[in-house]
Amino acid sequence: MTTTSRTGTARTTSGADKAGAANGADKAGAPHREGRAANRSGLARGRGSGWTPWLYLLPALAVLGALLLYPIYQLGLISFLEYTQAQVSGGEPTSFKGFGNYTALFADPQFRQVLLATVLFAAACVVTTLAVGCALAVLLTRVRALPRLVLMLAALGAWATPAITGSTVWVFLFDPDFGPVNRLLGLGDFSWTYGRYSAFALVLLEVVWCSFPFVMVTVYAGIRAIPSEVLEAAALDGASQWRIWRSVMAPALRPILVVVTIQSVIWDFKIFTQIYVMTNGGGIAGQNLVLNVYAYQKAFASSEYSLGSAIGVVTLLILLAVTLVYLRLLRRRGEEL
Amino acid sequence: MSLFSALRLFRPRRPGRLAAEAVTLLVAAAVAFPLYWMVLSAFKPAGEIQSTNPRPWTLSPSLDSFRRVFEQQDFGRYFLNSLTVAVTVVLASALIAFLAATAVTRFRFRFRTTLLIMFLVAQMVPVEALTIPLFFLMRDAGQLNTLGSLILPHIAFSLPFAIWMLRGFVKAVPEALEEQAQIDGASRSRFLWQILFPLVFPGLVATSVFSFISTWNDFLFAKSFLISDTSQSTLPMALLVFFKPDENDWGGIMAGSTVMTVPVLVFFVLVQRRLVSGLGGAVKD
Repeated sequence: MTTTSRTGTARTTSGADKAGAANGADKAGAPHREGRAANRSGLARGRGSGWTPWLYLLPALAVLGALLLYPIYQLGLISFLEYTQAQVSGGEPTSFKGFGNYTALFADPQFRQVLLATVLFAAACVVTTLAVGCALAVLLTRVRALPRLVLMLAALGAWATPAITGSTVWVFLFDPDFGPVNRLLGLGDFSWTYGRYSAFALVLLEVVWCSFPFVMVTVYAGIRAIPSEVLEAAALDGASQWRIWRSVMAPALRPILVVVTIQSVIWDFKIFTQIYVMTNGGGIAGQNLVLNVYAYQKAFASSEYSLGSAIGVVTLLILLAVTLVYLRLLRRRGEEL
Repeated sequence: MSLFSALRLFRPRRPGRLAAEAVTLLVAAAVAFPLYWMVLSAFKPAGEIQSTNPRPWTLSPSLDSFRRVFEQQDFGRYFLNSLTVAVTVVLASALIAFLAATAVTRFRFRFRTTLLIMFLVAQMVPVEALTIPLFFLMRDAGQLNTLGSLILPHIAFSLPFAIWMLRGFVKAVPEALEEQAQIDGASRSRFLWQILFPLVFPGLVATSVFSFISTWNDFLFAKSFLISDTSQSTLPMALLVFFKPDENDWGGIMAGSTVMTVPVLVFFVLVQRRLVSGLGGAVKD
């Protein structure tokens, strides 16, 4: 039993770290002073300590500057240029196009459609993942150790599966000729990837399969941290499971739910592998394109590097907005950094 | 509290627990089914895979699919390539992140908070959106078609999260230990590498799981940067070779998928213990 829950907590790392940091919020004032006191002792003591932290940070900042900041700058720059195969090979000089690429992009009905599809698809994935993850987390609290261990192990397997092999397996499961699912459901040779919505549904199932374990395990660890008397009191008062979730668990789990939601939004919004593999590069006539796949196709299939970069900038800005919301939520809880 | 415990004693057995357990087991079976099917299909003989009446078992397991994968597709080489990339990224990012995390937790300096917020924001940057500028960067650095074109970006992308996570582990090491080491005459770098590093090591392992997985799973960069030199391919690319327009080689795909999934599972199991002890440190934070 211990192993189960331990495996469980272990898997929460990314969430738990932030949640842990959030729990430390109430202590925010004190460590500051301690920290300052520590400044005079320990590592920071001695000559030249003013430069020491920067020395330690140097490798990280160098790598991040060269391979993260600079590419972001380049991405923005290319999106304002005329940059196609001709410019890349040096046949034509690069020219500045201002917002030309963006106007072209937003005038393109396919781009608007892809943008809408991406938002809706990500939203559907996030909602389904959270619903499944939370429901199973609550279920885990109501069963004995053995069934819990079994579900935890299964979830761990789904979680560890690389996106690409997850995609190949799910496509195979739903294969019209040789897959077991159609056989089981009596769907004959119905092709899931032929229709737009069934293809999206298939990808959604795979995405939920590989991302619900993170939610389930994190939320389960969170529920465990709620004093059991509170939950029992609610149960004794005759509250239904749904009512307990809504009025007791969800409010107590709010910090964890925020982390999990934001993480899922970010994950699901930038999906590439699943769509690319399962719908063979964006579906028939591009019906299943999402922003990242569209940018890839524009840049590397049709050499429209500047248009691809403009799409990249749009993705970046949307996720930046989500991040700012996240930071605001963290700040409101007064987390000390 | 004792009142509630007492009440629990008098409560009848939770109704519906058996039902809940049955549902749990059913869900577990459904969740595990894709993996089961993957491994099963990898061992099925060709005739059973190409059957329109697939059975959830096989009476004549064969290694044909694996043989085909390793002989026709040079999978061993791609496997080594993937492993080289992932291991390099894990080691490099762990070291760099350890230094950076020490800097931001053990020191107070100007722009510290700004830096931390930047690390947080950097985690959210969709790396996929940077494929195009990175492509040109790698071209200019002469790294296209080399494993370096995968290693370098992945080090950068795993750093922000690794630093963010290691903070907790470094913080958990008591300041007193540091003072003690100084009193005993340990130099700063001696403390860093011989005392702090071993103490933070479990945290490094926990962090490395995430950089390992994101690197091992990388598909987009491999597809974009390793254009012409297939000897430098990594596993995800090699897997797609088995997708053919009309006749997908499902046996090969499933065998390849199994080969690619198993190391990650093994890695999870191996580090699980360290992960736990490491988290013990983080929780105390």
